Amino acid sequence: MTETPPIRPLTPEETAEIRARQNGRNRMMGLALGFLAILFFAITIVKITVPEMHN
Amino acid sequence: MTPVQPEALPPQALTPQGLAMPTDWRDFFALTKPGVMRLVIFTAVCGMLAAPGSIHPVLGFTAILCIAVGAGGAAALNQWWEADIDAVMKRTARRPLPGGRMERESARDFGFALSGGSVMVMGIAIGWLAAGILAFSIFYYSWIYTVWLKPRTPQNIVIGGGAGAFPPLIGWIAVTGDITLMPVLLFLIIFMWTPPHFWALALFVQIDYSKAGIPMMPVVAGEKSTRWQILAYAAALLPLSMTPWFIGATGWIYGLAAFVLGSVFLWLSIKVGLRTSLSGDGMKPEKRLFAYSIFYLFILFAMLVVDRYATIFGWQA
Repeated sequence: MTETPPIRPLTPEETAEIRARQNGRNRMMGLALGFLAILFFAITIVKITVPEMHN
Repeated sequence: MTPVQPEALPPQALTPQGLAMPTDWRDFFALTKPGVMRLVIFTAVCGMLAAPGSIHPVLGFTAILCIAVGAGGAAALNQWWEADIDAVMKRTARRPLPGGRMERESARDFGFALSGGSVMVMGIAIGWLAAGILAFSIFYYSWIYTVWLKPRTPQNIVIGGGAGAFPPLIGWIAVTGDITLMPVLLFLIIFMWTPPHFWALALFVQIDYSKAGIPMMPVVAGEKSTRWQILAYAAALLPLSMTPWFIGATGWIYGLAAFVLGSVFLWLSIKVGLRTSLSGDGMKPEKRLFAYSIFYLFILFAMLVVDRYATIFGWQA
């Protein structure tokens, strides 16, 4: 039977690294979603106001 | 040819509690192959600007975004599938998956999300013909090329080159809504450009491909045959790139640019095609051809747009 390595608490540096990565991902996800919301709004306005494409 | 069995991928970095470290967003971005995406965006924009007609800037931006995101999704799926192969090649060993910085499933899910999302938005905002071709281009790169052709045939890059040839076609169709001869010619130009571009690279990194068991042309058919084929494709590319001018779809600005750029491409290909490399000679002609091939495509497509606007503003007949 193999021994499982002992589990130790995260060091402050490790915690900071995990938090930094989570924050970075959250920020990027927020920016992406905000950008998509603005883009879909703009597409909708264009579709309403501009005559049908490709006709 | 039996592919070499690569070693297992390094496990993703774990915390002392055995939990996977969250992947940095930059690694997700790296999955989309931003370097390749530059050329994809540029050729798509050129296809859009050179097309007869106009498109609302918001919709034009959306179409380019969808093409870029679709290409990024296909690149992520390619890296998900090829993670084992990437691990044994020096050029690709530091990518997020072989580098152990990301779970394989994350790359797969990210790739499917980008691909599906880009096709849906393209269909709703632009049109379903452009969306259908975008979907097919993603399938072409991530399955026909990556899964099917690349490990099986040294002609992988010839047929697979079609994947990179779709962006100007889609950009054009986003404006016009239909397929005509001119966007097909743009597709064919990139299709014929890809083998000499890629084989020039393969000639100076062939050790990597043989280690990974990928039947790239220099590995399977040998250097001499590859050099001849580079020359043959470059020779065919010159008249093909001038065809838009021959048929009257462009003016003399594009025609002259295609002739000069194609002639230099052919000259550099002749230098590569007729030489035999010696060990430790640095492969300078091959590296020069590879670098020039990228310059060639950028300038050729830029001149296509210049030609169109020169015609619109009456600077040429």
